[in-house]
Amino acid sequence: MNEWLTPIMWIGGIGAFCGGALALAAYYLSVPEDPRIEQVTNELPGANCGGCGFAGCADYAKALVENKTSPDRCPVASSAAVQAIGALLGKAVVASGRKVALVLCGGCNTEAIRHFSYNGITDCAAAAAIAGGDKACSFGCLGYGSCLRVCPVNCITMVDGVAKIDSSACIGCGKCVAACPRNLIQLVPEEAKIHVLCSSRDKGSVVRKVCGVGCIGCRICVKLSDGAISMDGFLAKVDYTKPPLTNEELVEKCPGKCIRKVG
Amino acid sequence: MKRLYAPFNFRGGVSPTYHKETTCNSPLRELPLPPLLTISMSQHLGAPAKPLVSPDDTVVGGQMIAAAAGMISAAIHAPTSGRVVSIGDAATPLGRPAPAMVIEPDGNHTWQSPLPPITNWREVAPRTLAERVGAAGIVGMGGAGFPTHVKLSPPADKPIDTLIINGAECEPYLSGDNRILLEHSAAVWEGAAIIAHILKATNIYVAIEDNKPDAVRAMEQAIPADLANASLCVLKTSFPQGSEKHQIFSVTGRTVPAGGLPMDVGCVVENVATTYAIRDAVINGQPLVTRSITVSGDAVAAPANLIAHIGTPFSYLVEACGGVSGTLTKVVSGGTMMGFAQASLDVTMTKTSSGLLLLSPSQVKQFTSQACISCGRCLNACPMRLMPAELSQYIESEDIANAEASFVMDCFECGSCAFVCPAHRPLVQHMRRAKAIIMAQRRAAGPRPG
Repeated sequence: MNEWLTPIMWIGGIGAFCGGALALAAYYLSVPEDPRIEQVTNELPGANCGGCGFAGCADYAKALVENKTSPDRCPVASSAAVQAIGALLGKAVVASGRKVALVLCGGCNTEAIRHFSYNGITDCAAAAAIAGGDKACSFGCLGYGSCLRVCPVNCITMVDGVAKIDSSACIGCGKCVAACPRNLIQLVPEEAKIHVLCSSRDKGSVVRKVCGVGCIGCRICVKLSDGAISMDGFLAKVDYTKPPLTNEELVEKCPGKCIRKVG
Repeated sequence: MKRLYAPFNFRGGVSPTYHKETTCNSPLRELPLPPLLTISMSQHLGAPAKPLVSPDDTVVGGQMIAAAAGMISAAIHAPTSGRVVSIGDAATPLGRPAPAMVIEPDGNHTWQSPLPPITNWREVAPRTLAERVGAAGIVGMGGAGFPTHVKLSPPADKPIDTLIINGAECEPYLSGDNRILLEHSAAVWEGAAIIAHILKATNIYVAIEDNKPDAVRAMEQAIPADLANASLCVLKTSFPQGSEKHQIFSVTGRTVPAGGLPMDVGCVVENVATTYAIRDAVINGQPLVTRSITVSGDAVAAPANLIAHIGTPFSYLVEACGGVSGTLTKVVSGGTMMGFAQASLDVTMTKTSSGLLLLSPSQVKQFTSQACISCGRCLNACPMRLMPAELSQYIESEDIANAEASFVMDCFECGSCAFVCPAHRPLVQHMRRAKAIIMAQRRAAGPRPG
């Protein structure tokens, strides 16, 4: 044996042995993965926002294929994508429609009174801990942006002291809903354009003192809306499970000016 | 041993302008009842008290109107006879609204205390006396509002040898404790003797800062001859000398471990006003329904020390002191260092309201907070030896876990760090926020073992 052939044979031999072992292992020890997981993952938006409650789109797809959840949990996917997933899994899916976040307060700095000047850290929970918050309305948006800082797509802006959400960019993940210490943010169907932009449960006389655009509980909208708006104490609430409101008379006739067309 | 000078002094702290001269010579004056009393059910640390009466019920003075809800809670009594108007949420001096009872006094002031006087307290079992303190609804009146009967019932494995009566009153403007020490010296000593009897404490100190020489003199002369090992301890004037952990160090040189309680080093600290209330509860059978409050500041016409009923609106206190003079820009409940800014004068006083300050623009500075310049002044000022600069940066970047690991829970919000910060950072507010988040997390995780 000469000095160059020996190493080539040894290295070649070891390589052939390992390759054969790997080929056998791949054949005998393989775990079959459901090909639908990859197909479902491809249909999902890939935003990995966690809005469905799972750790990203791939995890959600796995749970879907394993029949642990339903395809309408993804707040971002279009209804076509949800239908496609339903078809892949052989399930009939009722499209729930895309949902977007909405701040149910319209009390901007020119309309809602701030009864003292707050000079502290810009965090709504911290501001609310000082004498109940500087906004005289104890239900209104404080405007210190706790929602804005958790938004993964930066679609929330502060406009004149009230958070505004760009519904075209919103992925409906619901992080802002959890971040708001006053529970003002709600996920609503994208098609709905007419909303009651007030969350004050105070009596009309109290609301009038602190805000120019608050719900005074007059019930005019209840009569006009054909059951889609109902009273919860002194506050009018839109029932979003019903078809979206289209009657623009609601906006014109609201004496509190809190029913508004958005978007 | 009659008078001694504190052998130690804590590290850190600050020296604000004290403004004590405004009210320190104004005697305690009893304030008549306001037309309406709004009595908060959350005047103490722990669970809010449970109302025992309903709207439209009539109550007599001294009647228990709300019972303690659990171990860490305190009973509340009617300050006078009258009618319960309503029970609903109302603003509290601490910021967050809490359930409150509105009582309309009937003007007769019919008084019927449910507690019989105990004049021979020396022969009464300590346990009975501690229960009496609980039944009288007494809480720490220095500001924290910790239910006093809990403090007076230490577990058997924690013997108490030292009782310190806290007369430091290190907060600027406040002088209510100073007046109690001057006007009721003997009563405070008697209260101290009662507490020492309850705790079986052998050493009794009344600790007073050296900026109150007349109170030091009065208390020294009033030391009862039959009280062994009672002495008067003169403390250096420094903020926060009134913090119990720091006072224990100043007087005895003992250090309360992090996260521990004074009872871990055999000490109990009681505020002067609390001591006076304990004596009243034991000897006269009086529940806690009034307290001393200093109304001061440069925007009030006639600053004074008042004895007012719990539930009196701040606006009524201000009227009793001649009303607002000049421009009022800030209202603070408590002292300027640890007090709480108020949004309106409709808020009512509680068992922990030691002061009401009305400040003019010259006393209130509006700052814009800037980035930390890493000067380290807050490190020198922090009496708990924390690192406020670093903690605030953790909290700003929402790294609450790291803040907890850096002992943010040991911060007792004295405000020394924010007082010295040249970048005017709202350090205490950051700490408060982090502490609230951590407390919420701990509550969600269930009760702690042990």
